[in-house]
Amino acid sequence: MARTRLAALAAAAAVTATALTGCGAADMTRQASPYADAKGSRTVTLSVQSWVGAQANVAVAQYLLEHELGYRVDTVQIDEVPAWDALSQGRVDAILEDWGHPDQEKRYVDDKATIKPGGELGVTGHIGWFVPTYFAEAHPDVTDWKNLNKYANDFRTAESGGKGQLMDGSPSYVTNDKALVKNLGLDYQVVFAGSEAAQITQIKQFAKEKKPFLSYWYKPQWLFEKVPMTEVKLPEHQEGCDADTEKVACAYPHTPLRKFLNVRFADGGGDAAAFLKKFRWTTDMQNDVSLMIAEEKLAPQEAAARWVKENEATWRTWLPS
Amino acid sequence: MTATATPTPATSSTTPDTSAAPATATTPDTSAAPGSGTAGDARPGTPRALARHRGRLIGAGVVLGLVLGSVLLGGGSWPAALGVDLSGPLERVGDWIVDNRDGHPLFLYFLGHVSNAVVVSVRAVYLLLLALGWAGVTAAAGLVAWRLAGARLALTSVAAFAVCAVLGMWVPTMQTLALMVVAVAASVLVGGLLGLAAGLSDRMHRVLRPVLDTMQVLPAFAYLLPVVLVFGIGVPAAVLATVVYAAPPMARLTALGLRGADAGVVEAATSLGATGRQRLLTARLPLARKELLLGLNQTIMMALGMAVIASVIGAGGLGDRVYQALASVDVGAALAAGVPIVLLAIVLDRVTAAAGERLGAAPAARSRLGWTLALAVTAAVAIAGRLADRLSWPDGWTVDTAEPVNRAVDWMTAHLYSGVPVVGGTADWAARFTAWVLNPLRDGLQWLPWWAVLLTVGALALLIGTWRTAATAVLAMAAIGVLGVWGPALDTLSQVLAAVAVTLLLGFALGVAAARSTRLGRALRPVLDVFQTMPQFVYLIPVVALFGVGRAPAVAAAVVYALPAVVRITAQGVRAVDPAALESSRSLGATGRQQLLQVQLPLARPALLLAVNQGVVLVLAVVVIGGLVGGGALGYDAVFGLAQGDLATGLVAGAAIVCLGLMLDRVTQPTQRRDPAGKGA
Repeated sequence: MARTRLAALAAAAAVTATALTGCGAADMTRQASPYADAKGSRTVTLSVQSWVGAQANVAVAQYLLEHELGYRVDTVQIDEVPAWDALSQGRVDAILEDWGHPDQEKRYVDDKATIKPGGELGVTGHIGWFVPTYFAEAHPDVTDWKNLNKYANDFRTAESGGKGQLMDGSPSYVTNDKALVKNLGLDYQVVFAGSEAAQITQIKQFAKEKKPFLSYWYKPQWLFEKVPMTEVKLPEHQEGCDADTEKVACAYPHTPLRKFLNVRFADGGGDAAAFLKKFRWTTDMQNDVSLMIAEEKLAPQEAAARWVKENEATWRTWLPS
Repeated sequence: MTATATPTPATSSTTPDTSAAPATATTPDTSAAPGSGTAGDARPGTPRALARHRGRLIGAGVVLGLVLGSVLLGGGSWPAALGVDLSGPLERVGDWIVDNRDGHPLFLYFLGHVSNAVVVSVRAVYLLLLALGWAGVTAAAGLVAWRLAGARLALTSVAAFAVCAVLGMWVPTMQTLALMVVAVAASVLVGGLLGLAAGLSDRMHRVLRPVLDTMQVLPAFAYLLPVVLVFGIGVPAAVLATVVYAAPPMARLTALGLRGADAGVVEAATSLGATGRQRLLTARLPLARKELLLGLNQTIMMALGMAVIASVIGAGGLGDRVYQALASVDVGAALAAGVPIVLLAIVLDRVTAAAGERLGAAPAARSRLGWTLALAVTAAVAIAGRLADRLSWPDGWTVDTAEPVNRAVDWMTAHLYSGVPVVGGTADWAARFTAWVLNPLRDGLQWLPWWAVLLTVGALALLIGTWRTAATAVLAMAAIGVLGVWGPALDTLSQVLAAVAVTLLLGFALGVAAARSTRLGRALRPVLDVFQTMPQFVYLIPVVALFGVGRAPAVAAAVVYALPAVVRITAQGVRAVDPAALESSRSLGATGRQQLLQVQLPLARPALLLAVNQGVVLVLAVVVIGGLVGGGALGYDAVFGLAQGDLATGLVAGAAIVCLGLMLDRVTQPTQRRDPAGKGA
């Protein structure tokens, strides 16, 4: 008897739940965040990736959207691939800095048409292997990959076993390093720091001790201002040489970073969408803001405010006429 | 197969000043442990003879197994022929979900509504909180705490909310609170219904118990990925992940309470002609209210722990602030967002615990009046706040704590990292720990032939538990091999073992010291509270700064996280030793040391076993998160899967982590072979 009661209760609960949310279809790819529009103003949700350069983009965009255009801006921190998914569902309205995700681009932009390209950010990204400049100056030939095996001993750590350590960062970043080490016949072990924060902390500790290290790193990045690093030349990048991820044996490309908008936002987002499409700055400008955030520990909004005050000529052109 | 009462993270309650200290000790099934703990030696007749030979029998079995294995199976790691490659099917499932999410009826008519309901309710709570303004919310918190738990806790709550605001974290705190309210309500509903079913029907109980047992050892990180895939990044996914994580304690404690109801009272109700429902409502549920409240308490603590981890999948709120601050290696800012979490946890925990304590007492006559008064005052304060246009906390009243904290962390890492005279820097310790402990342990485990690992697991589980726990443990371990992640799983296992060893060494020492010295015990309490409720993410950067990138920092973070529970349970166990036994040993002239070694520790054995079990489960939860600081192995795979939306890698790693957790839990489970409460909860 108790069981039939329970079943009835469950059924009743299910019916109530359905009634409460309204009958018929509910497309969860069209749901906004519950925290959006809390104060009755127009809200834009931006995706912030975990690295500071991306925070700088978002901080400035947010500052201008809020102070010049009267929007409220929500930011969400998500990894790159999930961010594409969230963008296609409208959980976020825009990604301001994308490092190239051909699979996602094909799926969401070409096939499903839920995401629209929003033009270039104006910053060019480049991934590579770096050694600290103090080490490169003492051993100039380390900057050619052919000589890396000679130095494997210098780069050894407890984690890399008997080999040299090549430190990789967050699992969300684009990397071919394992294949590269194998295909170039290097006596190195790829050690994943697991997050960029961990990687930066470790690099800073190494630099403080003037110890040698070899790390996957990328430009533009504010850390170069604090720890000067020199790139190790890998075999030259040629179009399509990284098509087969197992057989890659060439350097990473130089990628013009791009913006992407949710398609409904791009078409119906008014001034905010127009502004984000025009948003375009340089590597140096991004670095200025990044440094304020990461090194001076300014709140992103304060850093943005400071930058905005000094660069009016630049951002004026981004505002919709 | 009794359960350990306290489940995973943030759970062991943080109630220092109630007598309920760790929630663990108040659960009937564990408090039953001291009495029946030596059950293995105390059985009459034939079983007793068998028990005496048990160890020898197991030993003989192991030797036989080893001989047979080396003759028939040879060495090596898990054979590829016994593996199943799931990557193809899993990828197809992932693609199907993404392609059909906006069109398939399953999503449109069911999951879509679920998601919608979550969004609508979180939004409603959030808007309500914003409408109350900071004054209204603080007043409401204080008054509710006053009604439920008395004046002292009311002051604590008011102070806690004020601190959240002063740290400049008001809006994120409200977002987390809104999410928590909805998640806890849903968990209580779901957990309560499941518990009701398991409490009333034996068949349901048999079906549900292994499921709940398994969920208890699930590291939260393991199942974020499936939820994200279905619901996408954002609040609905976060709330649902939280519910899955936080509902089990409610379910098991509800079932426990209903099953443990005094048979006499129920019988009396029956003889008075009460129907089944009347019996349930008037006798069994009221009798179980202590367990119900304890369930609520644990659910809240787990939900809070999860609300932070869920920031990885876009939950927003305080967790997101912690996560964002860590991206720019800003420990100070992360701490500013972590402190409100700790405060929320402490307030919620103590208020629910105190409410549970008071339940037994006679209800105050003017209770309704008190509530009306509380409501009226809240409304008045909220309206006053609105009229004064002070809904949001004034910016000028916030204090920036990030700066000094960062300076302290910098100083610490600059001076301790290396070059400390005599003892060497922390980096050197980490390198030595990795080279002398972690590497041999990992290589040794990976060198062992696969069948020998299974044999060892089975034998260990048999020694402590029953053939049932042994079977579960062996099957879980075998499942890891089948999934094709044998190597990484053993790597993770080596980290867990090393971390557990360190945790137990420190934890037992501290626990015994705290039990013997009241002053030390009192001094330790707040520290333990903070360490236990602080989101694990906050530890990650300092441990990297101290120990570099790799497995050593992952182990360090795990030790820090698991230590409080171990210290607590140990101290509790040692303190609870029968004073008569102590007295008689003293009268026989035992020294303090002899007393400790020969009376207190042996008598506290059940508690120590429980501490081991808890330590193992907690350590595993953090070692997995250690994937974020270079721990590698399964943790890295889980993080990778989540970051790349790669179902094949992430889900397989998640499943392997679950199996590992299950195995470790079963191997260390202090099972009472004859449980007084039938099969236990």
